Amino acid sequence: MTGEIGQLSLCLAMALALVMAISGLSGARPGAAVARAVASSATIGFAVFVIVAFGALTYAFVESDFSLIGVASNSHTAKPLLYKITGVWGNHEGSMLLWILVLALYSLLIVFLRRGGERLISAALGVQGLLALAFLVFLLFTSNPFLRLDPPPFEGRGLNPLLQDPGLAFHPPMLYLGYVGMSATFSYAASFLITREGDGNWARAARPFMLIAWIALTLGITLGSWWAYYELGWGGFWFWDPVENASLMPWLAATALLHSSLATERSGAFRSWTLLLAIAAFSFSLLGTFLVRSGVITSVHAFANDPERGIFILGMLVAAIGGALALFAWRAPSLETGAAFEPVSRESALLLNNVLLTGALASVFIGTIYPLLLDAIGGEKISVGSPYFSLTFAPVFAGLLLIVPFGPQLAWYRADPRATLRALIPVAVFAVLTGFIVLLLSVPNSAIAALSFALAAWVIGASALDLWRKRQSGRPTFTTFAAVIAHAGLGVTLLGVTGTTLWRSEALDVVRVGGTMPVAGYSLRLDKLDAYAGPNFEAVRATVSVLRDGARIAVLTPEKRSFPTEGQATSETAIRTTGVSDLYLALGDQRGPDAWTIRAYVNPLAPFIWIGGAIMAFGGLMGLFARFGRRVVVSSVDAVPAE
Amino acid sequence: MTPRKRRRIAFIAALLLAGAGGAALVLTALKDNVLYFYSPTDVAERHVRSGVPFRIGGLVETGTVKRGPGAAVQFAVTDGKTSVPVAFNGVLPDLFREGQGVVAIGSLNETGVFDASEVLAKHDEKYMPPEVVQALKRQGRWKEGE
Repeated sequence: MTGEIGQLSLCLAMALALVMAISGLSGARPGAAVARAVASSATIGFAVFVIVAFGALTYAFVESDFSLIGVASNSHTAKPLLYKITGVWGNHEGSMLLWILVLALYSLLIVFLRRGGERLISAALGVQGLLALAFLVFLLFTSNPFLRLDPPPFEGRGLNPLLQDPGLAFHPPMLYLGYVGMSATFSYAASFLITREGDGNWARAARPFMLIAWIALTLGITLGSWWAYYELGWGGFWFWDPVENASLMPWLAATALLHSSLATERSGAFRSWTLLLAIAAFSFSLLGTFLVRSGVITSVHAFANDPERGIFILGMLVAAIGGALALFAWRAPSLETGAAFEPVSRESALLLNNVLLTGALASVFIGTIYPLLLDAIGGEKISVGSPYFSLTFAPVFAGLLLIVPFGPQLAWYRADPRATLRALIPVAVFAVLTGFIVLLLSVPNSAIAALSFALAAWVIGASALDLWRKRQSGRPTFTTFAAVIAHAGLGVTLLGVTGTTLWRSEALDVVRVGGTMPVAGYSLRLDKLDAYAGPNFEAVRATVSVLRDGARIAVLTPEKRSFPTEGQATSETAIRTTGVSDLYLALGDQRGPDAWTIRAYVNPLAPFIWIGGAIMAFGGLMGLFARFGRRVVVSSVDAVPAE
Repeated sequence: MTPRKRRRIAFIAALLLAGAGGAALVLTALKDNVLYFYSPTDVAERHVRSGVPFRIGGLVETGTVKRGPGAAVQFAVTDGKTSVPVAFNGVLPDLFREGQGVVAIGSLNETGVFDASEVLAKHDEKYMPPEVVQALKRQGRWKEGE
């Protein structure tokens, strides 16, 4: 029954998406009030049916309804409830339905927040309708999650055990909130190009969507990196894997967009560029979806290698990007040129920020796409690894961090260069001192470490000073907090990345029960090995005592789990963190009746990587609060040019 | 020329310069840091020099896996026609088995043994690295639906 309800809901949602597209776009004409009303109602209906369909699929997973192919191939009765639910999006079909669900939720948000003029909203809904239509056609005709299986099997095939993890349960929804959130900004930009209503106000209207998407993307990437760290057992946090890059590219574009749209809102500078970035941010989200879902890259994320699906998504990608760019080429030249600004000004800093972020984006894009293109034209099979990205991405990002402290100090239009420099002298002194202290500590790789720490101190110090000064001069607003906190988070992440990459200690040995192995001043003693059975796996648990100067300071229990249903095995790492450093243990492979290889890492400052990510997201949240505080102003501004 | 125009030209010139610098950086970085994928037969036919890092892929040849001393492992990778000995000091992936697909990253040493720094196996029983599939297909050792 649930299958039929889901199928029917999806068909109705598809019909309503068509209504949304037609009425929304015709509502762009002045005076078409009826069309605008229809677009709003159609959006609500579309969203309701998508929610019902998603609910039906979730119900089928929870109830283990194996008459649905998707449930039979990705679930199992013995699976814990949480993973039955996450199994909904742990497969290609369900994850595409989640994509559409998020699109529906953002469309609802556009209707209910009513940001911007009537025509702007209407055409934005129209564009959302077009996107929804394309994805629903894709879902229903190539990846239907409600396909039946006759006769239903007695038991399901289970979910990839790597995905059976609480950290990963919320990674895909977060990432999708980010990816698809860029669609709202994209729709507003396209809508502005169609209606030309309210001048630069489209950026102000789309700001909350931009921020929500950016926050979600930041959290999604942070969660993904954290998961890779503790689940994959390699001790690394970022592998420059094409799938990771696919999420980093929209993040870089969205970060550039958040900055350039500030200038567009404020003074009308970079009008065309901001529009282009809004198109780019969503295009990179679509590209990410294409890379991950089409099976062109092989990874945990590639559920199915179906070329037909790949071609369909590629077609959508080309249509969306091509259509938006054509619209841009047609309408943008008639935009007024942006306001002028002096070489030393907030605008210039934002411009430099955008140039560097675009450069970083280009380096990631080339490193990700080049091997795929070469393979597609039948050339050599190659892969581009972290050395390439360390050489290209890292210097550009370092340059970006160097200019970060200047931005908030500079006045709009024209800033006093001397006053700015003077304001930053204490921070520069702090940064240089930090660098020297690191040099004096004679740690490994001290030169690079000193530069890195100085850079982090420069960014965090500037944030702290900025906050303190604003407090002195009156009540700090959410807007002040937003930039300051987000920038500080970037500095914190840099500390974590530096510590983990430059100062990691690593040890690998075969240890018998009762034997020990050393790692970075600790001694690890394998006390015992226990076999036990979990709900849907068999496991070996090692009990390892951590000794320092002969005294036991901790007991860690890394595990190796094998999942008979899925025919896979995973390593459950054991991590002892002090908040500033991680001792990380992973069980390797069995080398005898009571001997296993144990891989041990000491990762100094590792937790800072994800703490920094969380701080950045929190900064974004502050920015969101600031926006909703100013909502009244937005509507009064938009009320003026309405017809 | 108005000051505004002059500034604009200066800005575009600076941007072009930065773009050219960036492109040069990217190209050199790509040239030196690309890992090629070779099948065991490629390795034999192309006379890959020792010390040059690359990826090798194929099946773990049955009966060649030797463990120890310590965490060291030796095995051979084959595509049915040629096989290349591999030495690895580390933790093998959970699904490393004889007769299964494997991809290793490393370089050849002087004695023709592939010193692997990383060994990747497929991450579930249904999955086979596409490079390995192609390498096997070229030797006529791959049946669809296998």
